[in-house]
Amino acid sequence: MTLRTRIIPCLDVRDGRVVKGINFVDLADAGDPVEQARVYDTAQADELCFLDITASHEGRETMIDIVERAAAVCFMPLTVGGGVGSPDDARKLLLAGADKVAVNSAAVARPELIRDMAQRFGSQCVVGSIDARAKNGGWEIFTHGGRRNTGIDAVAHAELLASLGAGELLVTSMDRDGTKDGYDLDLIRTIADRVTVPVVASGGVGSLDHLVAGVIEGHASAVLAASIFHFGTHSIAEARAKLAENGIPVRRN
Amino acid sequence: MAERIALIDYGAGNLRSVHNALLAAGAGDVAVTDSADIVRAADRIVLPGVGAFGACMSGLSALPGMIAALDEAVCRKNRPFLGICVGMQLMVDSSEEHGSHKGLGWIDGTVRPLAPSDPQCKVPHMGWNDVIPRGAPPLLEQGEAYFLHGYAVESDDGADILATTDHGGPVAAAIGRETMIGVQFHPEKSQRYGLALLERFLKWRP
Repeated sequence: MTLRTRIIPCLDVRDGRVVKGINFVDLADAGDPVEQARVYDTAQADELCFLDITASHEGRETMIDIVERAAAVCFMPLTVGGGVGSPDDARKLLLAGADKVAVNSAAVARPELIRDMAQRFGSQCVVGSIDARAKNGGWEIFTHGGRRNTGIDAVAHAELLASLGAGELLVTSMDRDGTKDGYDLDLIRTIADRVTVPVVASGGVGSLDHLVAGVIEGHASAVLAASIFHFGTHSIAEARAKLAENGIPVRRN
Repeated sequence: MAERIALIDYGAGNLRSVHNALLAAGAGDVAVTDSADIVRAADRIVLPGVGAFGACMSGLSALPGMIAALDEAVCRKNRPFLGICVGMQLMVDSSEEHGSHKGLGWIDGTVRPLAPSDPQCKVPHMGWNDVIPRGAPPLLEQGEAYFLHGYAVESDDGADILATTDHGGPVAAAIGRETMIGVQFHPEKSQRYGLALLERFLKWRP
């Protein structure tokens, strides 16, 4: 056997409350990110991703508390992203119990932030998060939830972040995000084939076949999805079984 | 009286996650400590570690008397010891991560960059992979654990390699001898497999 392909559910959190999360099981407080994290820990997700979409500074402090509480009850790897602008922001999240920290807009403005974080904490915990849209025959980096075009070539940016020390790239197609039409496989594959670090495919999953395609056609090391898991359309176990049926190595125990 | 576990705080570990997992595995008294005296008096010792080898070794060396206390407790008094990730790598002679650095030198070996022969194998080695025990080592069982590392322990004779995993070739997953064990993977992040390993460590009477 070999390294398993990871299945990663992602929870969107705003001001300490889950805004895109599980809504099919009985939870005492469905807005509590920690309760939702426990559900995925019990379901044996391979990792969990918290994406903080809070605009305010106060809300970010809340995220630290959430990570602390989640890490106390979940014994699986946690990646936390959203609003990380400095090595100190990353350090607080790592001390709280995050295993990896994803950097997005700040690394568009200042790619060297990735190098600073990799030197301080090691590449293994630095995730370069890339939001891209198809443009001019390639892909360009968009910020502000996909609204603002930077004009930066997404593939070149991905290679830059990897060369600066990002240990993983989380690649999201903003064209596909929320559509349920499947990943932008050309985007994922183009980046995955250019870098030696693992790539997580993100944006657009509407079926289990999309997860399979992300690995086989997109060459991703991990597949991230939100709504298919949150709405109970499919379980982590079903996703794992589907990947296995297609010859993709997944966890067994 | 509950045994006292010393969890060493040297500024280079995901202490909180390891602490949480030890408690979940049944540890009664975990001292998160940077004190050599507490380490010397502890019944069991856990050394976590995340980040670069050189920075971790400097952090450990910066704690007054800590390395001498570890040598005494682990090598002379044979207290059970668990090193995790970079905490495991520190057990060997040296590392070639960003320059050359000396380790604790308890186990023959050198830490070198992962260089899988298969280009499809990405570095860092990140995710769930097999733990394949060699022979019948203590504590270790066959299973899947979470790995997150770009460097790994290599040794000439491999005598102290207790388990391997596969990432474009065999990679050391655990090392040890006598009362010391080090694991490259993260038991605190390996759900049931990891907590079960910590439970066995807490009961280990080598």
